[in-house]
Order: sequence, then C-alpha cells, then structure tokens
Amino acid sequence: MAKMNMIQSLNSALDNAMEKDPNVISFGEDAGYFGGVFRVTAGLQEKYGLDRSFDAPINEAAITAMAIGMAAKGLKPVAEIQFADYIFPAIDQIVSELSRIRYRTAGQFTTPVVVRTPCGGGIRGGQTHSMSPEAFFTQVPGIQVIMPSNPYDAKGLLIAAIESPDPVVFFEPKRLYNGPFDGDPTKALETWAKHEKGEVPEGHYSLPIGKAEVVREGNDVTIIAYGTLVHVALAAVEREGIDAEIIDLKTLVPYDIETIAASVNKTGRCIVSQEAPRTSGFAAELAAQIQEECFYALEAPIARVTGWDTPYPHAHEWAYFPGPQRFINAIREVLEA
Amino acid sequence: MTQTDPRFHVPAPHVRPGDTPDFSHIKVPPAGEAKRPEPDVEAHETRDLATSLVRVLDHNHQAVGEWDPKLDADVLREGLKHMVLTRVYDDRMLKLQRQGKMSFYMKSTGEEAVAVAAAMALDKGDMVFPSYRQQGILFARGRDIVDMMCHCISNSRDNLKGRQLPVHYTWAEGNFFSISGNLTTQFPQAVGYAMACQYKGESQIAASWIGEGSTAEGDFHGALVLASTYKAPVILNVVNNQWAISTFQGIAGGQAETFALKGQGYGLATLRIDGNDFLAVYAATQWAAERARAGLGATVIESYTYRADAHSTSDDPSGYRPKGEEAKWPLGDPIERLKQHLIGQGEWDEERHAALEKELDELVIKSYKEAESFGTLHDGPLSPVESIFEDVYAEPDWRLRRQRQDLGV
Repeated sequence: MAKMNMIQSLNSALDNAMEKDPNVISFGEDAGYFGGVFRVTAGLQEKYGLDRSFDAPINEAAITAMAIGMAAKGLKPVAEIQFADYIFPAIDQIVSELSRIRYRTAGQFTTPVVVRTPCGGGIRGGQTHSMSPEAFFTQVPGIQVIMPSNPYDAKGLLIAAIESPDPVVFFEPKRLYNGPFDGDPTKALETWAKHEKGEVPEGHYSLPIGKAEVVREGNDVTIIAYGTLVHVALAAVEREGIDAEIIDLKTLVPYDIETIAASVNKTGRCIVSQEAPRTSGFAAELAAQIQEECFYALEAPIARVTGWDTPYPHAHEWAYFPGPQRFINAIREVLEA
Repeated sequence: MTQTDPRFHVPAPHVRPGDTPDFSHIKVPPAGEAKRPEPDVEAHETRDLATSLVRVLDHNHQAVGEWDPKLDADVLREGLKHMVLTRVYDDRMLKLQRQGKMSFYMKSTGEEAVAVAAAMALDKGDMVFPSYRQQGILFARGRDIVDMMCHCISNSRDNLKGRQLPVHYTWAEGNFFSISGNLTTQFPQAVGYAMACQYKGESQIAASWIGEGSTAEGDFHGALVLASTYKAPVILNVVNNQWAISTFQGIAGGQAETFALKGQGYGLATLRIDGNDFLAVYAATQWAAERARAGLGATVIESYTYRADAHSTSDDPSGYRPKGEEAKWPLGDPIERLKQHLIGQGEWDEERHAALEKELDELVIKSYKEAESFGTLHDGPLSPVESIFEDVYAEPDWRLRRQRQDLGV
C-alpha cells in the first residue's frame, strides 16, 4: 500500500497495465513527453518508450480513430482526451464507430479502446473546462461509462477498463485529482493523504465494472452520486446529521441496479444527483428506473440534485455547482414529503 | 422563382439535365507521359504527379511508359475476370433490388478497376478499410459470392446477422474491415491500424478508400495529419468519381486543385491516376505499397474515374446530370480498355469475353438461388430475433437481458 492521489493512482494503473501487457499503449494531446497536462501519464514514455506513450495531434476524432484502428489490430489503446469538454469532435468516432464495431461486424472485429478524460468543474475552468458530458455516452449502446470518486477506485477501475473486452469512456473528476472535495470552496484544500481511499496498492488489481458501493449506510434516505458529488453528499449528510445511505455509483453503464434497488427499498426515499445540467441527465435515467423498480416502496417523490440547465459559468461557478446546501434542501424536501 | 446572380460563389457543373454531355474541360494527358520515380523518392518530388495523370493504356490500348507494371497475361485475365464479375454481380443485384429482393443496393459500375487492380496489387494479408463502392476487392480476394449475397439479403446466413445495410460488408478472414455509412471514418482508422502493424513488427500495411466528396470531412484531414506525423504504412485512396450523390466534385473544392495535391500539404507522396486504367491503378498501388512497406510512409492516390450509374438505388442521376454522360467519359470504361488491351496482345478475343460474361452471369444467378435458400429479408428465415441483443457487448448486461425478455424472445 502507498499513499496516492488520483493522478498518481491512475498513473500507477497505466504503469501496471503497460507492464503486464505489451499491447497496452497510451497517447493523447500533451500525454507523451510531458506526461499530460494533469500529469496522469507522467514517466510512461521514459519507462516504456516513444511508441507506447506518445504525443498526439490536436484532433480528438483522429485520436479516437487511431485508437480504433489499433484496437482492431489487437492493441489495447488508452487514449486521453485532454478535457471532457473537448470530446465532442470525437463524437462520431465514438458513437458511430467505436461503440458498434463488435455489433456491426457480428464479433469479427472488436475495438476495446479506453478513452480517458478529465471532467467536471470546481477548478475555475469556465465553460470549456468544466463539463460533465457523461450522459451523452450513456445513450450509446456498446460503450461502458465509468466515473470513479477516489484514488483506490480510479486505479482498480482503470485497470478493469483496460482489460475489458469492450470500449470504455472513463471520466476522471479533475476536482478530485488532488484531494476529496466536499463542495466548500472556501476551505483549505484537503489531500488524499488522510483519506482511506487514498491508500492504494502499488501492484496490479482491478475492481468490477458495473458494481456500485454503499459508502455510508443509513435508513432514512438513499442518495445516489458519482464522481465529485459523492463527497459533497457525504458532507451534506454529516452537516444535516441524518441517517442517510449514500451510494457511489462508479459505473454508469451498466449501472448497478441491484445495489440501488436494495437501498431504496430499504429507505423508501431517494435523491439522485449529478454535476451535469438537469434536463436529460443521468440522474433522470436513475429516477425513471428507480420508480419502475421501487414504486411501492417509495414514500416520497424522487428528488434530483443537479447543475443548472446553463453552460458552466466562470465567475459564478459556485452558484452552478450542486454544493452541500442543494443536497440539504433536497434531503429536507424528501424527508418532509 | 426568379433566378438572380448569386452573391457568393456556388460551384456548378458544366452541364445539367437536358444539356449535351460535355467533358471538353477535362485535360487528358497522353498515356506514358508521367515519369515513374523510385518508391523511395522524397514526398515533395511527387508533386507533379499530383496534378498530372498517371496513365499506362493509350488510345490504342497499348501499355506504354514507365508506369507499365508489365504484368503476365494470366494476371491481366484474372483482373478482367474480377472486373466482369463485379459488374455482372452489380447488374444482377440491382435487378433483384428492383424486384424487391433487398432493401437497398449500390453499384460500382465504371469504377471496377479502382478496387480490383488495387486489391490485386496489395498482398492478401494487407488490411483494407474500404468505402461502400469497393466490392471489387471482395471478388479479387476470392470471397464466396453466396456469402456476399446472403449479407445483401440479410438472411439467416448473413455473416453480419442482418445488422448492416446491403453492401456494407465485413470479411475478417479476407482482411476486409467493416464498411461504415458515416463517411471517411475509416480513413484515420486505417492509419491507426497501419501503425499497429508496425508496432507488432509485421510487414502488413493498410489501405483505405473514400470518395472525393468525403475529402470534405474532418476525418480526411485527421487521417492525413496522422499519416504524416507517424509516417504510417498506409495507402490513402481518394476515388474521384466526379459525383457525391447529386453534387459534383466542385462542391468538395475540386475546382480549385486536384484531390491528390492536398496530400502535398501534409508532406505525403501523391499520385493522381487514371482510375479507369487497370494497369495504372495496379502500378500506382504497387508503388505505394512498396513505399509503405519500406517504412517511407503514406501515399495519397487520387483515382480519376466516373460513377457511371446512380449513387445507390435511392437516387436517379437524370435529376442532376445529363443522360448518357457515362458513355462520353473521356477515360472510357475500365473493362473495355483492359479487354481491348488483351485482345491487342493476342491474349483474348470477343468470343472468350462473351463466354466469360455468360459464365459469370450464370454463376451469379446460380449463387443467388443458393443464397435465397438460406432466406430473404421479406420471407425469412433471418438471424434469430434475439440476436439483436448479442454483440452489443461481449456479454449482455442486465439491461439487455431484461429488454430481451420484454421483447419476448
């Protein structure tokens, strides 16, 4: 075990995966020599050589297409898209190509590419460095969508993604790279050093894709979160002093309906959350599925905590960000209903 | 509506429906004129070859000049056979589509040499990323015709389980990648594949084809940037058949410069060739393949040709170009030209040609009967309904298992 932040644990995942399998290669904009603007790929070129960790041109579609072609030849490419906001030029290659190669060739070709991309706000990134576009990809059959919330999960899930026979879009909440974040920007930065999920094995391990985790057990209400909001929900529950159960979803596609349903059937109340804008977000899918699964156990309408239906603002970032108070408001609403 | 002068430039073809076909604006340099540099030449030294036209077969159907690949008559007869088969197959499939036997079809009439000669010049192990109009590659690589038809009529033996439109073939055994309906996506994928071949230390290369209209896509730029940056062993073919459904090549910027010349901006080797000349296509592909295999990088090849028939069964060319234009195409017909060349060599004759056409047409008819015995799109049997839930992922997750139950299969 070692103390790692999320950048180090993701780097360690790539290191372990590349060491284990010579077909694993990593590339992206600034992701080679320099090691990535967030340093996730630091040291890999030095250790594994230019052809296993290299810089790519500023063309997200070409990066993704290159990965698809390489995967068709049996490599396991891990492509970095520098910010999730920049993933849209690659959307045709992801949606129309990557996701469907297995299907449209009836299994004659498979392209198990991992697309890694830092997402989410809270870093004063403005509208083009703050997005959480995960829901777009949850609409795409053939793609798995993962968003971890801590260093331990990030490493185990990235290794699982690389070893998966199917393509993965892997979102890394960049506000969590250097420490957990409870939604209060006025507090001094916390690091992962004191967090139990900052204890990360140095060796190879993987965590199951599609498995959520109950990170706080409770009986009064179920809060479902992923990425940064896991920590915000925990802080809100502590502040409010209620007996809430919090689920860290980790995988959005395929999401862990069993863990969700068991919890909501127990608590009878549910809050779904996401940092992305409200309309047609992934929380809406969760709410719909939960009312199908758990309707007769529900004692209150399902509440949503989300970003607003606006672009991510720069100056008013914290007015957009679904912080602890928005969770507290939702908790009161659901408990009082 | 009153016709007014446009306030900005909108390119238009020289002639429209009702006009007399006219290709007098197309300059056709004499065969044999283009120089053939060694394949290890610097890319910029192929600049002239991006604006001229590599032609081997002259107006008397003789092979002339430095680009003559000097192929044995057996190889030429094989090429002729694949091209005739491609045309006969296309004609028969069109008729069957008109009879309602399949949902859709796309012919490659007039462009057979582009696919057949290239496939023959490549190794069979080389990976191809075609567009939807290179079915000639499949014939040249010996794919079973019944299998091809079973795909087109989406029956129980369709190797794609009825998931793709007709002619969107995949054939992994023949190193033929999946055809996408989204244009140009395969171009940068081919570059990635080629890089992976190098990574694995294999001599295999990749080749891809797009139409001239599709060079407008961002993926064209992406592919050329990748190929240039990583010096990938790939051949990037632009099939300039003049028409992208109803829009002429000028709508993709084709009036400003040749499509081959675009490659020069990326530092890639460039060839512009007579796409209706089997020998020119063969020689150019061989040149580019040798260059790629030697680790000298990619070549952009513009095959200048003419789409002699509709884009697909969903459009009628008489709505956007004069009738009979294909007969006036100054570069002739690829099958007729190779046939006359062989006849001129004393290696072929009209009787043998007629017999070949008859034999292949009978083969196609017989193959279709066999294909139909495995079902048709309308009457089945198709691949099992539950197969729609297969191959989305390696294993279906709970959502797909439940949805399959919901469908009751």
